[in-house]
Amino acid sequence: MIAISFALRLFRRDWRNSELRLLAISLMLSVTAVTAVGFFTDRVGQAMELQAGESLAADLVLSSHDPIPDSYREKAHALDLKTAEVLGFPSAVLHGDRTQLVMVKAVSPGYPLRGELRIRAAAGGAERIAQKIPQAGEIWADPRLLAALDLTTGGRLSLGEREFLLSGVISRDTGEASNMFRLGPSVLLALTDIPSTGLVTPASRVHHRLLIAGDQAEIAAYRSWIETHLDENIRLSDMSNARPALRNALDRGSRFLGLAALVTVLIASAAVALSSRRFVERQADASAILRCLGASRALLLKVLLIRLLLLALTASLFGILLGFAAQFVLAALVGEWFTAELPAPGPLPLAIGAGTGLITLLGFTLPPVFRLGSVSPLRVLRRDLNVAPTASWILALCAVAAMGLLMLWQAGEFKLALLVLLGTLLTLALLLSVAWVMVAILTPLRHHSNAIWRYGLAGLARSPVMTSLQMAGFGLGIMALLLLTLVRVDLLDTWERTIPAQAPNQFLINIQPDSVAPLQQFLARRTGGGGDIYPMLRARLTAVNDRSISPESYQNKDAQRLVEREFNLSHAKSMQPDNRVVSGRWWRDDELDEPLFSVEQGLAKKLGIQLDDRLTFDLAGSRISGRVSNLRSVRWDSFRPNFFVIATPGLLRDYPTSFITSFYLQPGNEKLVSDLVRNFPEVTVIDVSALLQQIREIMARGSIAVEYVFLFTLAAGLLVLYAGIQASREHRRQESAILRTLGLKRSRLLLATAIEFMVLGLLAGALASLCASITGWVIADELFALAYRVNPWLWLAGTLGGGIGVAVAGVAATYPFAVRPPLHTLREA
Amino acid sequence: MVTDSNPVFARRLSKNIDAPAGRIDILQDVNFELAAGEAVAILGASGSGKSTLLGLLAGLDDASSGEIRLFGEDLGELDEDGRAALRAGRVGFVFQSFQLLPGMTALENVMLPLELAGESKPRPIAEAALSQVELSQRLHHYPGQLSGGEQQRVAIARAFATQPLLLFADEPTGSLDQATGRRISELIFQLRQQSDAGLLLVTHDAHLAARCDRRMLLENGRLETAV
Repeated sequence: MIAISFALRLFRRDWRNSELRLLAISLMLSVTAVTAVGFFTDRVGQAMELQAGESLAADLVLSSHDPIPDSYREKAHALDLKTAEVLGFPSAVLHGDRTQLVMVKAVSPGYPLRGELRIRAAAGGAERIAQKIPQAGEIWADPRLLAALDLTTGGRLSLGEREFLLSGVISRDTGEASNMFRLGPSVLLALTDIPSTGLVTPASRVHHRLLIAGDQAEIAAYRSWIETHLDENIRLSDMSNARPALRNALDRGSRFLGLAALVTVLIASAAVALSSRRFVERQADASAILRCLGASRALLLKVLLIRLLLLALTASLFGILLGFAAQFVLAALVGEWFTAELPAPGPLPLAIGAGTGLITLLGFTLPPVFRLGSVSPLRVLRRDLNVAPTASWILALCAVAAMGLLMLWQAGEFKLALLVLLGTLLTLALLLSVAWVMVAILTPLRHHSNAIWRYGLAGLARSPVMTSLQMAGFGLGIMALLLLTLVRVDLLDTWERTIPAQAPNQFLINIQPDSVAPLQQFLARRTGGGGDIYPMLRARLTAVNDRSISPESYQNKDAQRLVEREFNLSHAKSMQPDNRVVSGRWWRDDELDEPLFSVEQGLAKKLGIQLDDRLTFDLAGSRISGRVSNLRSVRWDSFRPNFFVIATPGLLRDYPTSFITSFYLQPGNEKLVSDLVRNFPEVTVIDVSALLQQIREIMARGSIAVEYVFLFTLAAGLLVLYAGIQASREHRRQESAILRTLGLKRSRLLLATAIEFMVLGLLAGALASLCASITGWVIADELFALAYRVNPWLWLAGTLGGGIGVAVAGVAATYPFAVRPPLHTLREA
Repeated sequence: MVTDSNPVFARRLSKNIDAPAGRIDILQDVNFELAAGEAVAILGASGSGKSTLLGLLAGLDDASSGEIRLFGEDLGELDEDGRAALRAGRVGFVFQSFQLLPGMTALENVMLPLELAGESKPRPIAEAALSQVELSQRLHHYPGQLSGGEQQRVAIARAFATQPLLLFADEPTGSLDQATGRRISELIFQLRQQSDAGLLLVTHDAHLAARCDRRMLLENGRLETAV
């Protein structure tokens, strides 16, 4: 009880201690960063869960690229279950001369079986729940389509060969939520209207879905029946397995943001460690008095621990509140990606925030605090009896243990946590070493400079460890910002420069066999070149060397996905000009009817396919097999249609095929597209430049979100700077007083301080620019095989920005020492 | 006469430290006793080892050799916590630099030793102690809000609040001006008389020392009776 009573009394006044305030702010910043990301990812996760159920618009969904056999529907009806059908595919709608790529969704009556469909009579009008699907000849559209085509309800749209009346604006379609990322506006129409559009033929790329809903018992019965009857081309989805790829992508994104937030925690921890060291120094007197008055060591430690825990709780509470506010910004930055409002966050991030605060505090303050227990009571008589410093290895061990624990918590798996921890420690060690060398180089320069510079540079050499730590902190923050701004833009620009000047920017898919010749003539007339048109079939790889394969056969996630889904095959007599055989040989004219395959080398590597292997594909229920006669490299950035697997014409000739081509559309020649859509309504036009623009926007927004998280890192760097200044506070006060007494003007003193911090910032900025350039080069070379050129603006912005920023922050923090009358300081000494 | 039943008893006490320039003997073969209720002043030049002796006798530090008994307990046999428990409630301290806890008010500072001694109602006793040193109006002020003289009066109130058997005072007027110093010394002796506590006073102020029952001089590490 005495311990609690003492601790509470002292805690009331602890807020006046600058080092404890700093400790609290550092903890608060760590908790803010972690909880902001935690709240945000929790909301996204919840949205996923909610939408996983709603997105199905049913209890069970069967989906396939082929029509779903009637037997599945009949069995559902036999069990008294409700069904509805959905057909989805991309296509272009036409309004006047303007075209727009849309996701067409054709539904049967009764849709949606679960969730709801809300529409408005006009954009911005009152919302109502749609009791029925659109009537024949009518279409409902996403508001973005109205904006893109400058359209209002009552207007008319052409889809394929049919014209529709736009009679509603979709405000909420639960079944649409499965497409959490918006890549094109959607239109909704009755399934019975599809034949009249002429858009769907046996070879079209369409997605069939059979929705099933009903009582739990009947659903369970249907599920047990289907387990033994499910065709391998049909996928069964329920709430538990909806959108696994998206789930994985979001999971990875969340982990990345979480680990980025941990970098903030790591840097802020340096400020925690610095301020707790100072706190211990300052508490030595009080501890000695208490020991002198008869307090036991255990009591002292209890009092200190209770105070620190109270501090952690208070700081965590404020951090959580700030994190809650900060996540709204994060949600606003990337929220547009999501089709629905993000739900309110759950309570888990509160625990994560408080836990982070506690672990950081304990990991970085316990070792020095335990030393306080050993303070000699004789210190009341002899001030020079300081608390023995904690052994460095104990400090390092506790800090690494705390960081490891936090990383394990955030990363969710031991191996990843270990890798990130080792990576972080290595990076920090490297930054610290480089910073140390830079400080060492400065020392001889001092002797060749005037008094102000000498004093300024001496400030950096005062504590090389502290200077290196500050430099590493700033360097890391600036590097993150440079990578996400300048390097990202440079990489995109470099990549875009590698695309040939008149590379195709329009892809045409779903070309029917009888349209091939007229389309080639149309393109030749309007663009000056007919372009090559390639057959395209969808098939799924089912066996290699007659051994059946499934996703479980592979460790690699990409390989699992490739095996799980169908991919595009083509057949050709000769090889495309941007392909090159790297192993084996292309087939001769006398082999065109042989069962042979040519496989892209990347795919072959992922799936472990080798030359002469025998591949078996399932193509619309038929099995086709052949030998791998060659492996190819493909220049994907040529923007021409290319294929993972190409077969000899004889192998695929007899199967229903659609065709694909691409062409370059001159700017200002957009009417060509509307004419094309009018003449070939079944053809889907995909505007690649618009997609590229969309990718740019998604990357920009994603980067802003990450930059936002790294702003906390920069703030943590500033805290380390401040903690460093606080640690040298007494020293600075004394020095300032002596220099001013000796006649140094206040302005000159401030100038010397500015020099000290500017040099620190310049070095940190240069270090950051160096690391950002190296990282950019590695990414360009290793990941994208691009020739990356260093951007001089990166160095200028990083170095100058760092110098000016840190100088301003440093002068602001030390200003009180410079303006304090020197007599006050000297009297206190 | 040296007897181990006295509150403070030391025999053949030595303290030396190893400095880079060689061993320094601060105290050599010091014998000392303080009888119950007795006031003893230890005089000596700056750096003569007066405070070191006080620290050793109060159990704040370990001697290099020799025996120290405080209230009959051999300090050499006790660990730090044992010595702290021995002091709690029975020993009061007044220091030159006041040594108040800056995070606690005057009242809380005075309550501190009472609570450590297990007093269940420390507040009225602390208020009374502060009233005795005429600081009733300053109960809730923090040390930083008090003058030097006021801070020392709080320290005196804290020292006497537990009605100690023994008071250790290290240069109690050393940081104060002459007039305030006189007032403080008056207060110490007045309260000591009321409580009948023993007093070990370390000072180089001959006037202050003159008010004690005995005066001893520490010179060259040896303690001798002063004339």
